[in-house]
Amino acid sequence: MGATPEVAVIDDLIRQRLDEILPQKLQELEDSKTPSLAIIATKGTLDWAYPPFILASTAAALGWDVTIFFTFYGLQLVKKDVSDLKVSPLGNPGMPMKMPFGPDWFKSINWNIPNVIQAGIPGFETVATKLMQQTIANNGVAKIEELRELSQEAGVKFVVCQMTVELFGFNHEDFVDGMDYVGAASFLPVAQKADVTLFI
Amino acid sequence: MNFDKELDARGLNCPLPILRAKKALAELTPGQILRILATDPGSVKDFQAFAKQTGNELLSSAENNKEFEFFIKRK
Repeated sequence: MGATPEVAVIDDLIRQRLDEILPQKLQELEDSKTPSLAIIATKGTLDWAYPPFILASTAAALGWDVTIFFTFYGLQLVKKDVSDLKVSPLGNPGMPMKMPFGPDWFKSINWNIPNVIQAGIPGFETVATKLMQQTIANNGVAKIEELRELSQEAGVKFVVCQMTVELFGFNHEDFVDGMDYVGAASFLPVAQKADVTLFI
Repeated sequence: MNFDKELDARGLNCPLPILRAKKALAELTPGQILRILATDPGSVKDFQAFAKQTGNELLSSAENNKEFEFFIKRK
C-alpha cells in the first residue's frame, strides 16, 4: 500500500529540510562533545612506559577525558617508585644501541651486539638502562615520574586491574594514590564510550 | 608583540612544551597572551593542533635560528 499524495509531499519536504539542517546540527553536536581516550597499559619497561603517559598527558592538555587501565606488567608504571624501570636490548632488534656521550662520530655508531653476548654479560640491562636514561636526559625528554605526575594533575584517571595486583603479589600500598582498583567489567564500558582506545 | 607571560620551553622535547603551555595558559585570564620559546621542531605543528583543539588562538608562529616563537591568546 503506497502513501497518499499528501503524505508523499510532506515526506519530501521533511527530507529536504533535514538535508538542509542536519549537517550543521551534527557538526554542532560533534564540536560540543568532549573527546575521550581510553588506554590499556600492559608493558612495564622504561621504553614502553612512555607512550601511555605521553598520550594521556597530551590528551588531557587538549581537554580530553582520559582513562588508563594498568594491567599485567603495566602495573610497574604506577608503583610509587619507578626509578627501577629497566629497558632490555636483548632480543630487541629494533632498538638502536648508541652511546649518549663522546664526539659525534662515536655517538653515531650503532653497537650491534649479538644476543648471546648480551645474555652472557651480567648487568648488561642495567648498563643499557643507564645509557638510555642519559639519552633521555640529553634530549630534553621528560622523566616518567614527571609525565605521570602531570597526567594525574591534569585529571587523567588511573584504574588498576585488581586481578593482576593479586596475581603478581602486589599490595595497594606499593602504588601511587588516587587510583581505582577494578576489573575488566568496569573498564570495558569506559572503552565503549571512548572516541579513541589504545592497547599499549 | 606584547605579552603577559613567557614560557621558556627551549631544550624540552615532546610533549613537555605543550604540557607546560597548557599550565601557563591556565594562569592567565581570558584574552591575555602567552609567549612561548621552543627548540622542538615538532612543536610548530603541535601548537597549531593544540590551538585548534583547545580554542586558544595561535596569534603567530615564527622560526629564527632553529628557535621557535609562538604567541597564544587565552580563550
